[in-house]
Amino acid sequence: MSAKTTSVSGSPPVAEEHDFAALTEIVSGIVESKTPAWWWPAFGVAFTMLLICGAMITYLIATGVGVWGLNQPVGWAFDITNFVFWIGIGHAGTLISAVLFLFRQHWRTAINRSAEAMTLIAVMCAGMFPLIHLGRAWLFWFLIPVPNANAIWPNFRSPLFWDFAAVSTYGTVSLLFWYTGMIPDLATLRDRATTPIKQWLFGIFALGWRGSARHWRHYEMAYMILAGLATPLVLSVHSIVSMDFAMANLPGWHSTIFPPYFVAGAIFSGFAMVITLLVPARELFGLKSVITDHHLNSMCKILLTTSLIVGYAYGVEAFTSWYSGSEFERYGAANRAFGFYGWAYWLTVVCNVFIPQILWKSSYRIRPWLIFTVSIFVNIGMWFERFVIIVSSLHRDFLPSSWGVFIPTWVDMLQLLGSFGLFLTMFLLFLRFLPMIAMSEVKGISPLAHPHPHAQAHVVDERSTGGRRGESKGGRS
Amino acid sequence: MSRRDEPVFHRDEFELFGAVARFDDPGALLKAAEGVRKAGYERFDAHSPFPIHGIDEAMGMRRSRLPWVVLIAGATGCVSGYLLQWYTSAIDYRLIIAGKPYNSIEAWAPVCFELTILLSAFAAVFGMLAWNGLPRLYHPLVRHESFTRVTNDSFFLSVEAADPRFDRVGTVELLMSLGGREVALVEG
Repeated sequence: MSAKTTSVSGSPPVAEEHDFAALTEIVSGIVESKTPAWWWPAFGVAFTMLLICGAMITYLIATGVGVWGLNQPVGWAFDITNFVFWIGIGHAGTLISAVLFLFRQHWRTAINRSAEAMTLIAVMCAGMFPLIHLGRAWLFWFLIPVPNANAIWPNFRSPLFWDFAAVSTYGTVSLLFWYTGMIPDLATLRDRATTPIKQWLFGIFALGWRGSARHWRHYEMAYMILAGLATPLVLSVHSIVSMDFAMANLPGWHSTIFPPYFVAGAIFSGFAMVITLLVPARELFGLKSVITDHHLNSMCKILLTTSLIVGYAYGVEAFTSWYSGSEFERYGAANRAFGFYGWAYWLTVVCNVFIPQILWKSSYRIRPWLIFTVSIFVNIGMWFERFVIIVSSLHRDFLPSSWGVFIPTWVDMLQLLGSFGLFLTMFLLFLRFLPMIAMSEVKGISPLAHPHPHAQAHVVDERSTGGRRGESKGGRS
Repeated sequence: MSRRDEPVFHRDEFELFGAVARFDDPGALLKAAEGVRKAGYERFDAHSPFPIHGIDEAMGMRRSRLPWVVLIAGATGCVSGYLLQWYTSAIDYRLIIAGKPYNSIEAWAPVCFELTILLSAFAAVFGMLAWNGLPRLYHPLVRHESFTRVTNDSFFLSVEAADPRFDRVGTVELLMSLGGREVALVEG
């Protein structure tokens, strides 16, 4: 690997040796070929974890939220930690698909499909927790403003309602974005399908796509608009999630830095999860020529940048607590670092701020198993960050007489494990049955796609500045 | 042209969808699309595995007007979000919560924003599909023997028989002269 160090910045977003047919073959081949040997054991483990998830939900609903370690004063613990953790992971998918699209970062095309799938699945995992922590989960529809027998409406002033609006919108828009992007690739699978059932299924979901230029015109416009909509949306979602805390009066929560701090943390944890998933996936599916060193390098740079932002936020949080002059804020900050949950705080800092710093060295950024390890630390660190914010703030607030501690029960633990089961099961199904690389997009950025006779001369320029989709379409006047 | 001049084709005129040609690379398709447009055709289409930069100009297409539909949908979402919160909280069932006004405009912002995005996204996707006449279960082009390659590595140009300039011999010759391969007439 180290031999490639010098050429990493020049490493192309798509390996040049692939023509269009070869690329179709590589990506469609994953879906069409026999299930690889490793897939079944992996799926078996994931599915077992999913069954545990279902069992824990059943036990919880049948018994009551008392099976979790929650009690006064800590009314939110693993449930909301898991919610914020999963919703944060979703954010990298939207960032890759929408924000990097608007910034014309062509390297995104090799990873955006799987990152978007990750977003959708993470939103499912996230949505599960607020639902089941309600206690009487079957009354969740009280959140929806529909006329009802009690004649009352939701409290629209509450951040918890905003959260419901933001997360459900986010899930819906992510699904639309993912599916719209996949239509041309589903058409590819339809046209290659060999059995009637595949032809029928892919045929239905490809919606009759036939690559018409008159269709691409509207399609590209729709895609660009969706990217433009998803960008402010993703910022709003985690800002609103942070307001679940920041709008409350609790020391450690009531802070104006929360929205940007949460958004940066979300992107950080999401990119870590993208690396966690894609480093093994590219090895197992032999996709190193499509997801190249260039992608690893770029993802690590984003990881490093967001790590610095998160580190800055930790510093500002501590400083603001001291500078506020409020004894409760000061005590909250000291308790966070040196109190009962102090170990979790320092674990967070080490995982999120110190360990990612090794990515400053460019040769490390293209060593797959090294960055995989870093990403695991970041996943752990970001889970503990949310745990620290939520639990260490709640367990000691203003009145010493109402102090207490939270100890998770086995149900808490298995529910967390179970949410990973849901996540991994869905992701493995996605890898097996749907095109994990956006074929039409990768073809579109390949040098061969350039229609002009001097295409080769423009390749470098095209990569750095040109845009394929959403380029201004002047029309003929 | 009368049917006597073209003994090869047995089908009736109205059953013909049009002429289809395959091209090997995007550059050839772009040139051919321009050639067909310059020959005066209007009902023709290009087909490619990915959008080709410059094809809109070559075919003389207007910019998509989808943004206007999205704008209207977004504005509808924003206004309806406001009206919902205002009516339910300030008119229908008034509750004093945290001492805030019944019509807490600032607090309405997040829901207005989310509904703006939600309706805009629906309009973008479903507007795009409606404009494209999708979903569609069948299209005559699939009768062309290699048209399945359009989602893989090939580029096609189709000229519809419904175009007033369409001519069974002339259009085929034009497509061949523009470098088209596997030129064929496709039944409707």
